[in-house]
Amino acid sequence: MPDDTGDGDRLPAGGLAGRLAGIRSAMSSTIIPYEDGPLIVRGDFEIVTPDGAPIEAGRATVALCRCGKSAIKPFCDGTHKVINFRAGTDRVTPPPR
Amino acid sequence: MKLPAPRGAVSTAVIDLLGGKAATLPRTTTPDDDEDLHLALFVCYEMAYRGWDGVDDRWEWDPELLRLRAALEQRFEADLHALAGPPEHVDPETVPHRLTELVTADDGPSLSGRLRSRATYEQFREFVTHRSVYHLREADPHTYVIPRLAGRPKAALIEIQLDEYGGGVVSKMHQELFKRTMSWFGLDLTYGAYVDAVPAATLATNNVMSLFALHRRNRAALLGHLAAYEMTSSIPNRAYAGGLRRLGGDASATAFYDEHVEADAVHEQIAAHDLCGSFAVAEPELAGDVLYGARCALALDARWAGTVLASWDAGRSSLRE
Ligand code: FES
Ligand SMILES: [Fe+2]
Ligand SMILES: [Fe+2]
Repeated sequence: MPDDTGDGDRLPAGGLAGRLAGIRSAMSSTIIPYEDGPLIVRGDFEIVTPDGAPIEAGRATVALCRCGKSAIKPFCDGTHKVINFRAGTDRVTPPPR
Repeated sequence: MKLPAPRGAVSTAVIDLLGGKAATLPRTTTPDDDEDLHLALFVCYEMAYRGWDGVDDRWEWDPELLRLRAALEQRFEADLHALAGPPEHVDPETVPHRLTELVTADDGPSLSGRLRSRATYEQFREFVTHRSVYHLREADPHTYVIPRLAGRPKAALIEIQLDEYGGGVVSKMHQELFKRTMSWFGLDLTYGAYVDAVPAATLATNNVMSLFALHRRNRAALLGHLAAYEMTSSIPNRAYAGGLRRLGGDASATAFYDEHVEADAVHEQIAAHDLCGSFAVAEPELAGDVLYGARCALALDARWAGTVLASWDAGRSSLRE
């Protein structure tokens, strides 16, 4: 078991800082962009408001809206299909000007 | 659940055999009509789910009954080929994209629009009655395919099914959530309570899942069927929830639909890419079957929605008397 409680990662418990410390030390998750659709998040994660209050995910794997038009943000509700949202599955590198 | 009332020669023969009123099946396997065919098939298939009250579970594997079922399945499959087009060979890499094209092109009658904006309480209640035959066992047919898969498609299916079964929390199981909607309408929550009330078009949407689920040879079609369901769910379910709120439905009544807006936005991605996409690459000769299963799901649902809307337009109930 790797010991990842290095002092540099120690932040006061509570609030967002505490949560981030927890995320950094213990969480592993993946975020995958799906073609023309949402970001699918799997693994150990928490979704919180900027104040650190939990946003109930309701399930182990979630879809986060990336088209901006969902009525249940931050989650996807399928609206991306209605608006013909297009997006790839990898990092977009703008062409040099 | 109680054995239903027969609807023709073949369903009578099957029900009499299971109910102990007859010792053998007659030679004829020609159903009178679609009602007779789909009820007979439904009765045969139920032996593989929760069975019928007072019927010996051993009938599930009775050779004579299976032979009759196979003859009925042959008819049903011929209908499906005519309705949805037979399976074709496709490039496995294109399966997720083709699934998206299929559901985008799906122009079935808009039952969801009707339910959202102007269906009456009685009509919405009928809609829930039709759907109860499936929703009270939601996800069960597709679970049959799990041991027939390996690796990535298997993990993807389990990821979807976990959610369908509420992550192991009974009250969150989709089958249980649907009971809340049914309760709001004062419907009977007993599994299979409305089999007698629904027409062949409704039974066919259930039978196709069993046809695909119970035969390993149809595993790819079952995956395609699941993908078609997941990929045409979020937006209609939002409409159902909206329609139910318009009729005064509370949070408990709409919970099933609200849950599906969010859950199926996840499931559709997993189903198209991680499940069907990776399955097609793993078993390329079955790639076309995936799309065939999806087409069957869409075509049968469209036919069902069409009959329901036609009844309502004619001022009639869409249920059987
Ligand atoms: S990405 Fe699905 S609604 Fe925005
Ligand atoms: Fe579901
Ligand atoms: Fe689902």
